[in-house]
Amino acid sequence: MDRNRLQHQVACMRRSLFDQGYLDEPFIQLEELQDDANPNFVQEIVTLFYSDSARLIQNIEHALNSRPIDFNKLDDYMHQFKGSSSSIGAKKVTNECTVFREHCSAENAEGCIRSFQQVKQEYAILRRKLEVYLQMVGQAAVSQTA
Amino acid sequence: MAADSEFHVLAVDDSIIDRKLIERLLKTSSFQVTTVDSGSKALEFLGLHEDDGIINTNTPSVSPNNHQEVEVNLVITDYCMPGMTGYDLLKKIKESSSLKNIPVVIMSSENVPSRISRCLEEGAEEFLLKPVRLSDLNKLRPHMLKTKIKDHQEPEKQDKEEKQQQPQSNNNNRKAMEEGISTEKIRPRLNGITAMV
Repeated sequence: MDRNRLQHQVACMRRSLFDQGYLDEPFIQLEELQDDANPNFVQEIVTLFYSDSARLIQNIEHALNSRPIDFNKLDDYMHQFKGSSSSIGAKKVTNECTVFREHCSAENAEGCIRSFQQVKQEYAILRRKLEVYLQMVGQAAVSQTA
Repeated sequence: MAADSEFHVLAVDDSIIDRKLIERLLKTSSFQVTTVDSGSKALEFLGLHEDDGIINTNTPSVSPNNHQEVEVNLVITDYCMPGMTGYDLLKKIKESSSLKNIPVVIMSSENVPSRISRCLEEGAEEFLLKPVRLSDLNKLRPHMLKTKIKDHQEPEKQDKEEKQQQPQSNNNNRKAMEEGISTEKIRPRLNGITAMV
């Protein structure tokens, strides 16, 4: 596929990610920090986000399965998760993290378990979309103009 | 000694993503950067050992760079960190005779007015809300320049300088002011220092 078509597709997908609320302003800053000297910055940060998130999700699951539930620890993990998703502009994920923390403060175990499902779901959706999007960005970058 | 245009910032954050981000932001702003993941590593880097905070509190004639391995012109630290918080780190730096003139900036993802004023009262130059923007970092250079000027003056003049240079300009502590925190009441610490001389 020629470059112009690819770039157009990239632009469309990017716009919809923002319009649909998956991504927010901090992601734009990531893009702005990418340049010729740091051509893979966005991908690097996103990759870090995936591995960090995997670690935190595992920790949270473990904490949720423990009895009694340590709500302080849970909140601590979720604070970290919220922090990193907010840093990259993962808006929906961040919002679900906020809901989770409210249940944590209330020491509402059921609420935590439910909202954690939401967090994981939003994270999975975002990850899928980002992978597709960044792959397209990469393709457009190396493609030729027809 | 680094050239005037090359300031060295020590960034402290336990989040690997935020560390990478702040590093990139700082480098984009033409600062030299060192990142560490904890307050204790920051103190280590600054050359401060646990007992230095207790002795040498009243020796203004000691060069500020006496204990430092590398010159650091500003410390920017996250507030919420396990073990030593950003606030604890700020305190330790301000209580150290060798490090107290290093400007410290606090970052936090949480907008808690009491937290903000506590940090400013303890001597933090700025309190930035995360996610930190590139434009936020424009506020840093003036604080570092101030210190460079201070370093070239007599030690006795330092305290006068500090009082005169109370950064009451409208852009400083913008986020604190948005929350309606008065900046007039902050920095009782300076009165304490004047009394010491």
